[in-house]
Amino acid sequence: MRYLASRLGHLLAVLFSVTILTFVLVNVLPGDIAYDIAGLDASEKEVQAIREDLGLNRPVFIRYVEWLGGVLTGDWGQSYRTGEPVLEAIMSRFPVSLELVIIAQVIALLLAVPLGVISALRANSRFDRVVAVAGFFCLSIPNFMMAIILIYVFGLWLNWLPVTGYEPISEGLWANLRNFILPASSFALAEWTVLARVLRSDMIGVLQEDYISMARAKGMPVRRILWVHAMRPSSFSLITLLGLQVGALIGGSIIIESIFALPGVGRLLVGSVFARDFLIIQGCITLIAVAYVVINFAVDVCYALLDPRVRTARSHG
Amino acid sequence: MASATTQERLDQTGNQEQENQAAQAAARKRARYGPFFWVPLIWLGTIVFCAAFADILPLQPNDEMDFTAISSPPWEAEGHIMGTDLQGRDVLSRIIYGARVSLTVGIVATVIGMTFGLMIGLLAGYYRGWVETAITLGLDTLLALPALVILLLASVIFGGSLTVVSVSLGFLLIPAFARVSRANTLNFAQREFVVAAKAMGARDVRIIVLEILPNVVLPVAAYALVVVAFAIVVEGALSFLGLSVPSPMPSWGGMIAEGRESLGETPHISFIPATVMFLTVLSFNLVGDALRSKLADLRESAL
Repeated sequence: MRYLASRLGHLLAVLFSVTILTFVLVNVLPGDIAYDIAGLDASEKEVQAIREDLGLNRPVFIRYVEWLGGVLTGDWGQSYRTGEPVLEAIMSRFPVSLELVIIAQVIALLLAVPLGVISALRANSRFDRVVAVAGFFCLSIPNFMMAIILIYVFGLWLNWLPVTGYEPISEGLWANLRNFILPASSFALAEWTVLARVLRSDMIGVLQEDYISMARAKGMPVRRILWVHAMRPSSFSLITLLGLQVGALIGGSIIIESIFALPGVGRLLVGSVFARDFLIIQGCITLIAVAYVVINFAVDVCYALLDPRVRTARSHG
Repeated sequence: MASATTQERLDQTGNQEQENQAAQAAARKRARYGPFFWVPLIWLGTIVFCAAFADILPLQPNDEMDFTAISSPPWEAEGHIMGTDLQGRDVLSRIIYGARVSLTVGIVATVIGMTFGLMIGLLAGYYRGWVETAITLGLDTLLALPALVILLLASVIFGGSLTVVSVSLGFLLIPAFARVSRANTLNFAQREFVVAAKAMGARDVRIIVLEILPNVVLPVAAYALVVVAFAIVVEGALSFLGLSVPSPMPSWGGMIAEGRESLGETPHISFIPATVMFLTVLSFNLVGDALRSKLADLRESAL
């Protein structure tokens, strides 16, 4: 418990310093946002009024404290461009990004689990080596490049799937899903190799345990040994990694959502950076940092729950 | 039938594991000096050579538009071996000049990240206590920030240029190096030779620089080439979004993005730079991995 409490304290401190750092960064953006809002032919007085209105001429520190107070009470400010409340703007795009990340993870798992298990079972066979080399190649393809390849092959050449756009789920499940297949695959086709590697090495270890020999000795079918007895202890690192990869996917969604014109948080963020809509930027980064902290804490809790050694060892040390 | 062979495999897995480890080590040794090491090394050498001597190589100018050959595929128009892009500029020449951007950013950012990462990791690992707590907090903060967003912000704030991209990317690479460096410092800070130096009255700076640093540098530097590959990918993503070096200057990511407009008709405009970038990243990964496992073996045998 003490270990978890100190982890939580640390992660909250991280969250706090992320918001300070972003606030400072975003506030040194060049160009006066008040001029942008007022338009080209506004008088100095009007600009001054807008600045006053937005509170731009007060010190950064004061504005930060006010912003933080607002965030804690659910008021994340408003977009300078559209006047839309920040929290609403982000939350309306959030489901799209979430769906993208989940579908990407599902595709990655569909590839990684069978390949990882068979590689472990036939360690150092030709199959194992081919998978390892293929993985190495896939890892060297940046996700935006993978996106271009997928667009070319499945969108333009085979003409199977749409290359841009988004349909809400109310238009039907398939109409909604087909727009996510290519973007999600752009992530998954590189990510599976990380997952498969971890699963393979854990599985090789587990297959040497005595209880596996025991199960084998009593003549239990291999399929049952693999999926029931070996899979569960082998999947622990896999699940941890799956959680941690979400962070990488959130970062990558910025570029993938832009390429495939998916209206998610990543695309909102890129648009806002170009438009210097800084309360939106601030809100998005805060949300991403919150996600990072929550995932990390969840991973820590899992470790402590599943492995009592972690709890005791770390709280003493 | 299939399950019978699977059963056999399962039976063998346990018994063979020790042999396998020896076989694996041998395989690694072979692979290290095999084609998976030399071919990427030669490719990297070629890229570096071309980028370094781009000005004196017999290339077409990289910014001149040839209106007689717009978007012409490789080998078709005279003088354009790799064809031309949407504005009739020579693709080969732009790739080689683009290599300068990728390599510069990749290497400079890695050097910055490694230098500061090493120093910070040494301090955290040697002093422990509140120094370590503060440094860990700072590093975790950097890790919690979405890297690409920070780079976007930096290039909007300071304008996209080689210096801005290299420095801000280098900054974001600090945590990775600092973690490796801290872990290794923790390991060495309690060894006999450090204790001996302390007992003889050496000051902290002397111990860190003369006793610990030489031992920590190698394991940290072993990651450098793989990090260069990563940095090249991130620069690629940034220039793909149009936020790395300014427009007429060629960059691989920028070229890939430009070709998207007519991907169906003239795929070579995107795919040639994409292939070059892929091969370069793959080569850095392969060579880096081989060197890293060689260093790991060296250290094991030294202990």
